[in-house]
Amino acid sequence: MSYITKSPWVIHYDGSSCNGCDIEVLACLTPLYDLERFGIVNTGNPKHADVFLITGGINEQSRAVVKNTYDQMPDPKVVVAVGICAATGGVFRECYNIMGGVNEVIPVDVYVPGCAARPESIIDGVVRALGILEEKRAKMAENGGDKK
Amino acid sequence: MITGIPFEILFAIGFVILAPFIGAFIVGIDRKVTARKQGRVGPPVLQPLYDIFKLFEKEKVVVTNEVNFYILSHLIFVVFTGALFFSGGDILLVIFALTLAHVFLILGAYAAVSPYSHVGAGRELLQLMAVEPMLIIAAAGFYMVTESFAVKDIVLSPGLPVMTIPLIFVGIVFVLTIKLRKSPFDLATSHHAHQELVEGLTTEFAGPTLGMVEIAHLYETVFLLGIVWLFFASASMPWIGVLAVIIVYFLEILVDNTTTRVRWQVMLRSAWLVALVAGAVNLGVLALM
Ligand code: SF4
Repeated sequence: MSYITKSPWVIHYDGSSCNGCDIEVLACLTPLYDLERFGIVNTGNPKHADVFLITGGINEQSRAVVKNTYDQMPDPKVVVAVGICAATGGVFRECYNIMGGVNEVIPVDVYVPGCAARPESIIDGVVRALGILEEKRAKMAENGGDKK
Repeated sequence: MITGIPFEILFAIGFVILAPFIGAFIVGIDRKVTARKQGRVGPPVLQPLYDIFKLFEKEKVVVTNEVNFYILSHLIFVVFTGALFFSGGDILLVIFALTLAHVFLILGAYAAVSPYSHVGAGRELLQLMAVEPMLIIAAAGFYMVTESFAVKDIVLSPGLPVMTIPLIFVGIVFVLTIKLRKSPFDLATSHHAHQELVEGLTTEFAGPTLGMVEIAHLYETVFLLGIVWLFFASASMPWIGVLAVIIVYFLEILVDNTTTRVRWQVMLRSAWLVALVAGAVNLGVLALM
């Protein structure tokens, strides 16, 4: 029996998005979509989080922050890249300071397409990530609580 | 009187086993009601239990090993506090055990070297300071009504204590908001607004460590509501107390949802003012009678 899929806590970080995707992420928490009915809580703290929601591409300044945040999350954890920017750098791809998508720094488990990604597809992405989270947890339990 | 001893132990064991589930149910209802007030569906009622089980599935990451020791001590002393209370023990000892439990929590937060948890720990200290006078006054009030500090004697004494110490009851309900970590006094760490001060006190606790803090909070919730019940304690009609507890808790949810967080100065001053007024007036009148 696993409870991690029943209580995934999310941390949301804005890599260098135009804020469009962030608004949509926050829209998921509003009464209309109410993510909390799935037990999803938006924490501001990597140490409490299970799902890393990241919007926007990675630039030279956010790179260390993203890496650090990811490292601080206890296993098992998943990364959901929200929007085209987070996938490839999107419209900002050619900018002098943009390195590209989130997978330049940390491993990404689920890509949510869209510019901006719609709340429905963000929720869908998180739910898919939960499947991966459960797999990772099972693997961790097999290894006696060790990572990977 | 020989049969009295097993009963007390029975109550203590009952508390240790049942309190986390009762607490989880109360907190679950709280989250559901809060969600409904905000026009949301809200999580399942058993969500607090899922959260705790999940935390124990997570990796054990801890900043320094002392943190785990302090947090475990916190949990043990909160359980001890409640068990002592429900077995009819000395109410002064109960209050001191509760304070000790929170001191361990604060030490745990200080041991995890991080500016956020240090700010949280400092605020928790202030909350402790704000609450303590009212608790001691309540103990004194109970003594003046029943001439005993033992919870058992208070329950068995004739009449409802709240009839004689209504102001002290109001004061306890006031500090209950601080103790339950509810807005406007959720300074050290909050159940909502997770981004503000990054969870304060609990910032550096992850996985099972945070799980222990959460379990301790469930025990504490049940214990605190037990104190509310004590004001309406009557051996023949325990349901009056339960009704009062339900009403007080719904009031807390209402306050939680309709107020914004205050600064620590306001919290400390108002809590002490309430303690002073409620204590002086109520105890003074009792002393003159
Ligand atoms: S994908 Fe579109 S909406 Fe989202 S951050 Fe990039 S440009 Fe903005």
